[in-house]
Amino acid sequence: MRRACFKFSWVAAALLVPQLLIIFVFFYWPSAQALYWAFTLEQPWGGGNTWVGLDNFRAILTDPYYWGSVRVSVIYALATTALAMGMALTLAVFVDRQLAGYRTWRVAIIWPYAVAAPAVGLAFQFVFNPGAGIFSFINAVAPGWWDLSRNAWQAVVAIIVAGAWKQVAYSFVFFLAALQSIPRSLIEAAAMDGARPLRRMFDLQMPLLTPTVFFLLVINITDSFTDSFGIVDTLTGGGPYRATDLMVYRIYSEGFKGMNYSGAAAQSVILMLLVMALTFVQFRYVERRVHYT
Amino acid sequence: MIERTPLLNLATHLILGFGLIVILAPIWLAFVAATLTLQEVNAAPVELWPGTHLWANLKEAWVLSDFGPKFVNSLIVAVGVVVGKITLACITAFSLVFFAYRGRALIFWMIFITLMLPLEVRIVPTYAVAANALSPFQALLDVTGMGWLINAVSGVQVSLQWNLLNSYTGLILPLVATATGTFLYRQFFLTIPDELVEAARMDGAGPLRFLWDVLIPLSKTNIAALATIMFVYAWNQYLWPLLVITDRATYGMVVVQLSDLVPDQMTTGGGTPTWHLAMAATLMVMVPPIAIVILMQRWFVRGLINTDK
Repeated sequence: MRRACFKFSWVAAALLVPQLLIIFVFFYWPSAQALYWAFTLEQPWGGGNTWVGLDNFRAILTDPYYWGSVRVSVIYALATTALAMGMALTLAVFVDRQLAGYRTWRVAIIWPYAVAAPAVGLAFQFVFNPGAGIFSFINAVAPGWWDLSRNAWQAVVAIIVAGAWKQVAYSFVFFLAALQSIPRSLIEAAAMDGARPLRRMFDLQMPLLTPTVFFLLVINITDSFTDSFGIVDTLTGGGPYRATDLMVYRIYSEGFKGMNYSGAAAQSVILMLLVMALTFVQFRYVERRVHYT
Repeated sequence: MIERTPLLNLATHLILGFGLIVILAPIWLAFVAATLTLQEVNAAPVELWPGTHLWANLKEAWVLSDFGPKFVNSLIVAVGVVVGKITLACITAFSLVFFAYRGRALIFWMIFITLMLPLEVRIVPTYAVAANALSPFQALLDVTGMGWLINAVSGVQVSLQWNLLNSYTGLILPLVATATGTFLYRQFFLTIPDELVEAARMDGAGPLRFLWDVLIPLSKTNIAALATIMFVYAWNQYLWPLLVITDRATYGMVVVQLSDLVPDQMTTGGGTPTWHLAMAATLMVMVPPIAIVILMQRWFVRGLINTDK
């Protein structure tokens, strides 16, 4: 906290009010509302909500479709995170060698961050479409072998590839920044001791990246839980047979297509708890020892 | 660096080249599809080299999706979010850092917590609030009995109503309601030396003058970084506008329009999928945020790293 301050006056309060109003109306109230709906059931013909305790949660947790959705969400989260971070780390380590064309490489890897999730979904739907996509030549020989709208595992693979593609740039930016914040003297000292570039990569740079890895792990998993809607909606629409019905997509379809606000709210609460737990892990255990400049 | 490593340098370029191909491949295929005719794009082995119909396809997709007003809408929303976010973040952080009062820490945490739950997670109740943005206050009046009191005293039935569905306000406000920029600004303000504040006060500057004449010029890099991130964030919004806007002709945003282009049974009626148009539209939607990221690269990287999104 600083020593020199202005005295509290109406100005300070007036500057705070807009932000507080907005987060009250659009953040705290809806979050509380979600909790309220999760424990109540709306009467079909109006007339307010009745308290039903944990019934909504019981209904969800005994629903095999819900567990299917959780399962595919977890698979999606882990697979996209692993793929994206693995690729980002490899690229960052090599871009960091700063050979000729360093800046060009950097831009070339960063720009996919700017592509909207539904655009990614749509582009990949073309790439993976059975009639004219990259696997169409197989279908020409063995009709129906590759078809996202029929084969569940292919749909899951498709959203994972699309999701990972979208995440690479984000992790790359952080890895590169972390690599560049490693003091040059350390690397030079290692070189003096006879460590060749690859050795320095594995024994010096990568261990120093551990905090960044952990930080990105949490961020990527959280993102894949919340940010997957656009990709799923344009790429598979949750199908086939609910094989790619990720948690956020399910909340949307229950709440706005099925008009089951209570069920959707209860699912929201579960997802909120999950995201909060992840964020807590991040704040509690992830110490960002890396200094970015 | 220090040693000569011709083999490793070659390997580096090969690995990076391979990575680049993986990253570019889907977009390249989409681009090629956008240059073909309907027959060509649906031919079995995927075409790898662009055809000649790019311009025609772009024009057709533009007219088909009615992109003119939608690009304007996307721009309005993106700029609205950028301006709203930066303004709010700046004045809130200013109040929290440069004034001494009790409860600062509490307020900071209240704002900070909003980082934890993205809009997608609380989408259903947020939509309900957007249908009547004053409903929280109405509910408070009802619960506390104030509504009844006002009714009894003045005979006026209080019913607060402010529908945000199908409006720019409804699109922009909920996207502004997070702590992203506030945190960034707070960190920046904390690095301002005390001497600067004292000097300003000695010269007779009040808090608002100090903010306007000293802090804002100093925070130009912050503004650029935040603006880049927020522009991309707002332009790429999908779920929220999908719900809030039912009047697509007037308020539709370009990214949402993509959902109509998915070539499935619904759009083609079982006919040949019009991939060339879908991909042409996808390309047009992608261009503005990509251009921003490439042009503002330095600020973008800075903003991304400092805001945690």
